Amino acid sequence: MTNLLYQVSKYLIIILMAFYTLQCYTVFRNKDDDSRQYLFLRQNMLMFFLHFAGYALIYLEYGDFEVILFYGAQVLYFVLTLVLFRVLYPLASRLLVNNMCMLLCIGFIMIGRLDYEECRRQFLIAVAATVLALLIPVIIRKLRFITKMYYVYTLLGIGMLGLVAVAARTTYGAKLSISIGGFTFQPSEFVKIIYVFAIAGLLTHARDFRRIAVATVLAAAHVLILVVSKDLGSAVIFFITYLVMLFIATKNPFYTLAGLLAGGAGGVGAYFLFSHVRVRVQAWRDPFSDYQQTGYQTAQALFSIAAGGWFGTGLFQGSPTAIPIVEQDMMFAAIAEELGAVFGICLILVCMSCFIMILNIGMQLTNRYYRLVAVGLGTTYAVQVFLTIGGTIKLIPLTGVTLPLVSYGGSSVLSTIIMFSIVQGLYMLRNDEEVIRDEKEAERFAEEQRRLYGPYGYPPQPDGGYYGPGGDMQQNSGYYGSGGNARQNSGYYGSGGNARRNGGYYGSGGNTQQNTGYRGMGKTSSGQASYYGPGEYPYDASYNDMPVDSDGNASKSRTSFFGKKRHKKS
Amino acid sequence: MTEKRSNRRRKKDPGKEQKVPVKVREVHFDPETEPEDKKGRNTALGIVTYAFVCLFVVMIGYLVYLNIWKADALNSSSYNTKQDANEEKYIRGSIYSSDGQTLAYTNVSDDGTETRVYPYANVFAHVIGYSSNGKSGLESTSNSDLMTSHTSVLTQLREDAEEEKQMGDSVYTTLNTILQQTAYDALGSYNGAVIAMEPDTGKILAMVSKPDFDPNAIEEIWEQVVNDSSSSVLLNRATQGLYPPGSTFKILTTLAYIRENSTDYANFSFECEGTYEESGASIHCYNNKVHGTVDLKTAFAKSCNTAFASIGLGLENSSLADVCEEFLFNDSLPTSLQHSSSSFSLSSSASYGEIMQTAIGQGETLVTPLHMALITSTVANGGIMMRPYLLDYIEASDGTLVSKNSAVKYKRLMTTEEASVLNEYMEETVISGTATSLGWYDFTVAGKTGSAEYGADGNSGTHSWFVGYSSSDDVDLVVVVIAEDGGAGSDTAVPIASQVFQAYYNYVAD
Repeated sequence: MTNLLYQVSKYLIIILMAFYTLQCYTVFRNKDDDSRQYLFLRQNMLMFFLHFAGYALIYLEYGDFEVILFYGAQVLYFVLTLVLFRVLYPLASRLLVNNMCMLLCIGFIMIGRLDYEECRRQFLIAVAATVLALLIPVIIRKLRFITKMYYVYTLLGIGMLGLVAVAARTTYGAKLSISIGGFTFQPSEFVKIIYVFAIAGLLTHARDFRRIAVATVLAAAHVLILVVSKDLGSAVIFFITYLVMLFIATKNPFYTLAGLLAGGAGGVGAYFLFSHVRVRVQAWRDPFSDYQQTGYQTAQALFSIAAGGWFGTGLFQGSPTAIPIVEQDMMFAAIAEELGAVFGICLILVCMSCFIMILNIGMQLTNRYYRLVAVGLGTTYAVQVFLTIGGTIKLIPLTGVTLPLVSYGGSSVLSTIIMFSIVQGLYMLRNDEEVIRDEKEAERFAEEQRRLYGPYGYPPQPDGGYYGPGGDMQQNSGYYGSGGNARQNSGYYGSGGNARRNGGYYGSGGNTQQNTGYRGMGKTSSGQASYYGPGEYPYDASYNDMPVDSDGNASKSRTSFFGKKRHKKS
Repeated sequence: MTEKRSNRRRKKDPGKEQKVPVKVREVHFDPETEPEDKKGRNTALGIVTYAFVCLFVVMIGYLVYLNIWKADALNSSSYNTKQDANEEKYIRGSIYSSDGQTLAYTNVSDDGTETRVYPYANVFAHVIGYSSNGKSGLESTSNSDLMTSHTSVLTQLREDAEEEKQMGDSVYTTLNTILQQTAYDALGSYNGAVIAMEPDTGKILAMVSKPDFDPNAIEEIWEQVVNDSSSSVLLNRATQGLYPPGSTFKILTTLAYIRENSTDYANFSFECEGTYEESGASIHCYNNKVHGTVDLKTAFAKSCNTAFASIGLGLENSSLADVCEEFLFNDSLPTSLQHSSSSFSLSSSASYGEIMQTAIGQGETLVTPLHMALITSTVANGGIMMRPYLLDYIEASDGTLVSKNSAVKYKRLMTTEEASVLNEYMEETVISGTATSLGWYDFTVAGKTGSAEYGADGNSGTHSWFVGYSSSDDVDLVVVVIAEDGGAGSDTAVPIASQVFQAYYNYVAD
């Protein structure tokens, strides 16, 4: 009977994944924020179902009670991660958090299926990384200077990579990792992040050629060290990331084209100079020409993908362990074999959704430096996904990088979770900027009103007075303005009965649709960007993700973690 | 942050502070802020986003491509051991001939030991192949079909519940045991190959290759056959053997000539003196026979080398190469059968000798018997090449039809007029040319013989070729025979083909 169970669960897992993926994209269509929240919650439910289905099969296979405990620990971890991010960072992008958990979840299932021991290790690292990750957005927001020490990062990055090139032990022909006190880690995974900060710093002011040249030389140093260490995957990631950041910083497509040409020439040069590059390319062109040696891994991966077909063999029904280092480099082949190509396509789309979200956050930011950081991190992520999946399916030569969050690898999981958290930190900066922008807008309008009507004028409509109340005014920009059915109230203490928009610092609106005040409270307000604003169904006015305040009680202020501190200061 | 901003404001403008009591709203502009408006600012980011989205889409596209077009080949790759994992779940399915005979089956003894049995032993050795010590033939290309089950859900449930091994699907081939046995016997002790196929469907009815082996005993004889590199017993000569085509190639030379002289090819005339010399290079007719004055049809039917050598010299530089390219030389054939690519080369700087040799099918040209069968089928089928296939349909052990192959057209490679001219010439070969022994039956045969001389590594000799087809009330059969060291085509290959044709009309065709 078990066979049937495997077959049924196989389709169940695909359907759950397909729905999850669909919602990653339909969320943008949804303008109504209540349904957005509902959709995010639904995504979480789908993930938990999928997680359950996967671990039910793993339990069936191993028959060990410990699996149930382990499963429980994972569920707890996911619940805590989702809840903590939401509570501590109500402004964080929930889609990104959801995707992070989903990718980890798929990883836990597949690594658990391939190597239970490794899965336990992966889980512990993920927990540790998440604890660390919860602190990062605070650091980004509070200690901005930390993010701007880019010369330190440049030196640190080159230093660490150089150390690896000299001292690292060689695994699978490449120098990747160093061991310190029993812990083996892969510095390039972390250098990747500080590299982005370093390059962003170098390029922020790069308006003249000299500065661009300096940045280029420093970036090239990173890439060259990686090539010498034979860590080709990382070298490509660093290289492409630099080109993209350069393009964003200079808006000059010729630099990027020149870079691509240079990169192409470099690639050809590397092909003739380094035998390990030739071997990789040969194995890519025809994995069967040297099947027993260099082509073996790629050939086995292709056999796996072919054996899986559209719907996979079902968990434990295939033989992905035939692929060497499957749980790291070739995770996608294992997934394609047992969960099927449809699932694989969904996985690619979820990764794409992460990338789009990161770039989207970049678009919202107005600060050049943080924009570059967002783009840089997004690019490292996208290039890495492309290299590993593309290499697995033989679209490009195999470079041996991990599939972020899904593959087994402590350094990789740690650095990716940190990276996602940095992006979350940027996302919150974005929301800060938005509040500032809204205020600025309101102020500008108030100034104009004052100019037109004087400080204490009482024009019925609009009302620009300092203490102007307006019956049915369309616009109230007074400092203490309150409007019965004011369409827009930008007063400092403005309150609007049915105000559509309330930009006051202490504004409260009966049916305010949007309240950007610092102490705004809207009873049925659907928009609530205030730091202390309690509202029955409030949400923030930002683009797609919004904090949910379940607290409808007006007497209690919302416990926004950082807002509180901020308030004390002001 | 707010504090910082208001402080700055206060320092800058203390006077205003009193007039405007709650001036906390002053906005501090970050000097690093992008000056442009939001739209222009995000253009570059949009480009990057779209570029990477394209990369992701390419990845998805490639994954889809792998699954649609590459998966079958990968699943049946001889390197692929994935299906071996299924051996615990499935009993390897059987292989049947089109006349209902079992060609391969798995015998399960009481203690569960499985043995693969090939009732026809050596007769189908190459085409069916073997399934231990690696896989070959149909056992290899249909491996994934034989090792999966498509029985109804109920059957699977029952077997699953009883923890029985499931029976793999059965493969029904287009092969006919009578024709195969006849061809096998007719080839006798010659090394070589015989192929019989239907030109209008592409169905392969017989495919023999010699030297052969007993697939039942593959494990015992493995060491011996693998180490014997000189006779390459395991090679399926019908699909992978590369031979000089000899005079059978004149079909293509004739076609090239007809195409180049479409109005007056019938006026071709040549005085054959048994030998033809041009700039020091000479060509002889087989056994230096003198054919006298010949037109194109007679030259073809009598296989006059000197006439074709002069035709070759008269052709435009690329005429022959164009025809060969169109007929898939230096290319793979439109079939999933494992096969070698035929080769043709004639450079623009080729000497007269090379051109003349190439025109009569010697030179550098090498073909597989399967390829010759396809070229002959194209003539027989009025100019259209069909995709050849061996696998008729797949059926689950409970009789459910899993999939069925049907005749698929590859391409029209010559016009009906060209095909009918070649047909007429090939019929003339049987009426008055080199294959007159085929002219005595109820069915008409059209064909071309070949005596392909080879010389390599100190060995030399003549391979005996026949390519041709019969027609009788629209039931056509293409037969290709190559007998290594068989001498003249008419001596060895023609009688072998004759037996295959007779068996076909006596026992197979209805």
